[in-house]
Amino acid sequence: MDSFQQTKFKLETYWSDHGCIITEPYDIEVGAGTMAPETFLRVIGPKPYRVAYVQPSRRPADGRYGENPNRLYKHQQLQVILKPSPEDVIDLYLASLEAVGIDLSKHDIKFEEDNWESPTLGAWGVGWQVMLDGLEITQFTYFQQCGGIDLDLVPAELTYGLERLVAFLQGKNSVYDIEWAPGVTYADVRLADELQNSVYNFEMAGVDAMWNLFAIHEGEAQRLIDAYAKYPDKHRFPTLAAYDHVLNCSNAFNLLDARGAISVTERVGVIARVRKLAVGVAQIWADQQAAEVVA
Amino acid sequence: MSLPFLLEIGTEEIPDWMITGALNQLQDHFQTLLDQHSLGGRVAWAEATPRRLALRADGLVERQADTDEIVTGPPKSAGAGAAAGFAKKMGVSVDALSTESTARGEYLCYRKKTAGRTSAEILAEQLPSLILGISWPKTMYWIGGKTGPRFIRPIRWIVALLGDNVVPFEVAGVASGNITRGHRKLGTNSIPVTVENYRDSLALSGVILAATDRRQKIESEMSILLDQSGLHVRPDPDLLQTLVFITEFPTAILGHFDEQYLELPSEVLVTVMRHHQKYFSVEDATGKLAPRFVAVMNTNADPDGLVRHGNERVLRARFNDARFFWRMDQQKQLADRIQSLANVTFQAKLGSYLDKTKRIAALAWELAAMAQIGEVAVERAATLSKTDLTTEMVKEFTELQGVVGGLYARAQGEPEEVARAIYDHYKPESMEDSIPSTIEGRLVSLADKVDNLRNFFAIGLGAKGSKDPFALRRAAQGVVRILVEGSLEFPLSKLAGGDPHLMDFLLDRVRYYFRDIRGFAYDEVNAVLATDADNLPDVGKRLTALKAVRPTANFEPLAASFKRIQNILRQAAFTGEGNPNEALLEAGPERELYSEFRRVSEAARDSEYLPALEAIASLRPAVDLFFDKVLVNAPDAEVRRNRLTLLKGILTEFSTIADFSEIVTQ
Repeated sequence: MDSFQQTKFKLETYWSDHGCIITEPYDIEVGAGTMAPETFLRVIGPKPYRVAYVQPSRRPADGRYGENPNRLYKHQQLQVILKPSPEDVIDLYLASLEAVGIDLSKHDIKFEEDNWESPTLGAWGVGWQVMLDGLEITQFTYFQQCGGIDLDLVPAELTYGLERLVAFLQGKNSVYDIEWAPGVTYADVRLADELQNSVYNFEMAGVDAMWNLFAIHEGEAQRLIDAYAKYPDKHRFPTLAAYDHVLNCSNAFNLLDARGAISVTERVGVIARVRKLAVGVAQIWADQQAAEVVA
Repeated sequence: MSLPFLLEIGTEEIPDWMITGALNQLQDHFQTLLDQHSLGGRVAWAEATPRRLALRADGLVERQADTDEIVTGPPKSAGAGAAAGFAKKMGVSVDALSTESTARGEYLCYRKKTAGRTSAEILAEQLPSLILGISWPKTMYWIGGKTGPRFIRPIRWIVALLGDNVVPFEVAGVASGNITRGHRKLGTNSIPVTVENYRDSLALSGVILAATDRRQKIESEMSILLDQSGLHVRPDPDLLQTLVFITEFPTAILGHFDEQYLELPSEVLVTVMRHHQKYFSVEDATGKLAPRFVAVMNTNADPDGLVRHGNERVLRARFNDARFFWRMDQQKQLADRIQSLANVTFQAKLGSYLDKTKRIAALAWELAAMAQIGEVAVERAATLSKTDLTTEMVKEFTELQGVVGGLYARAQGEPEEVARAIYDHYKPESMEDSIPSTIEGRLVSLADKVDNLRNFFAIGLGAKGSKDPFALRRAAQGVVRILVEGSLEFPLSKLAGGDPHLMDFLLDRVRYYFRDIRGFAYDEVNAVLATDADNLPDVGKRLTALKAVRPTANFEPLAASFKRIQNILRQAAFTGEGNPNEALLEAGPERELYSEFRRVSEAARDSEYLPALEAIASLRPAVDLFFDKVLVNAPDAEVRRNRLTLLKGILTEFSTIADFSEIVTQ
């Protein structure tokens, strides 16, 4: 039986063998692997790209103090971007399951329609949830739009829920019982994160502080976006730094949401504010990409 | 020589619910193509799986027939210049023209022969746009950017064979050929086929092409799995249809779950199994849920039981979640959740669910008073009806809204009529669904739906065309059905709250209901609604009577006479009212009609609709005789007015059940 990290290594090796760059997780809080610039920005523009990375994904509202065997505040997604999507993408994907030890001749795989949309990122795509013996193990999406921009090269995004996949492989009923490394369980490594961050997110996160952080990052991102038009040397322009502030905004929003500090009515408005920033950054990035191709 | 044709569009997995619609289009468009281009041939079958749309046609010609057409040019007298111009236009020399004599003189003409093209050529030219012309509820692009081809999912291969030969074309970067692909696990990726061996080759490669065969396989395996157990699968045609189109080789397996989960309401268990896992529920002879489920795999076997074990594991986790939600939710009574509804937006301009709750509670009270039943229980149910939106269970299983509220109300000791009304208040959710089972449920459901209709119309968000994002058509249909089937005589205009647009919208649903659902003829519906459209149970009774009397001998001729009376009154611009002056009535047919009129009104006055209509129909001989013998437009103005008064009286008196002039007569 492979450990959690062994399975992760195998997937990374598999995708590395299929032409992907393997990067480290992005170092700013995100809610999903899609939000990391390796996906959100790289899918825009005419340059082919293949990348795989594990992204710890924070969803403050999903925290359960470490008490629910299947729900986590922070879970780990293994994110693969194949841009453009190759003709045999589904075969490649199925072979990746074989690579981590799933004998497909003994299991049931179904592709069930599941389209993806992120209002905060101005992004959407169509695809499937991949069901393995009734368990959703991967989200498979053909991106169509990102940051409000129609994509030139349609990428395939594969998102494996690592905890689920490994719990399946190891036959564990609770993610906390997963063997992370020989002799070390998932609980040993992560239970404190789940408990303490649930306490913070639900009970102690400072609502005023979060609104302030939201405003600060929103202001900084907007200031940069506004500066682009007059900035002389476009390729030096710090789009990536502007995007980091968008991610910080998004995280502050998620924390406020978990604290119940955003009413449903306000919610739509705040999402629109984040989206405006994401779209602004995406447009600048697209502009820079196009200029690079011309040069 | 006639040729068979085979087309297979190979794709990545198409969403199950779109497949049959797409296949029907493909079949229709292909037959149209054959007909328009005179290629002969009929579509023999069209079949689909998640990864392929396929069709076969037989009897195509190898080549279209040649055509021979005479094109008439300018008159011969127009001169050499005109002749040269015509020849140039036809692309020939002047020598090739001939002349024809017509009544108007001699004309130049050209006998244009067009050689028929081969079917292969035409198909190759037409198929790419035919394939990409299939319309889908949602499409994607995958090559060539936003301007690239659009389809539901990427097209990966095409088989196109006319007889033994490939019809060569390219669509979305894929060249047609004779190579298909088998099941992702049970088959191989490269299978040469012929028109004749296509189905069998697929079968050998793990694909059951025909939907009916897949359905039959699932059904027979389900009954075998439960043979001798005293249990059976709870029928679920929609789920079965989904599974037929989500698999290429379906195989049913039986799974178990721990009996302890049966303490959860069966509604919750069934929802988890059906909506989240696509499992069939299993029940015993009494309809009680059994701790079993049937899953359908997309493969041929589960030799080591791994698939069953995996599915059982997932279901256990789901049930644990549901039990956790149930227990958490019980920590806060529904009544204590009312204020939290202030934080749940109903609609930006229409406020929160707390605002909505207040509106429907007031309306429900009003309706209960009108129906003369206890207002307290109805208002209580309306007040609690939306509180389950704040529960964990409904946040997770949104399709259980209402049901969860009802179950919680019961568990928390609310009176049964209150719990039942909450449970039922979203009903009827479709044409097949029943209306709420109790009067309290009907009133709360009405209040909820009427509130949606009135308010969305008030802010200008009524349904327009095919766009109906707030499901107002369904709400209006629900209102109509509850009123008719629940025998609630609330004036429709009062429910519409004086909004003429909403009233029209509701009347549309009334017509749809009586015509398309209940099967009354459109002119019967018009006739009855023209008299009164406000009391729907009464509309139903009048329609039933009208339909019963319609085939009788006297009815339609009388209806024709009523139309005649109406025309006479209109032409005379007659506005008078009251009774005719008996002294002015002429002896014979006129006086006879008058006495028949008195007799029939007497007979119809207090009877049920059917005998009343039968009595009215019996007026026919008198009316016929009157029109036959009496001149309405009498020279004497007094007499004329008196006759018009008599006719008007008849029309008015007998139009209270239906306006017979709306009846379309032979």
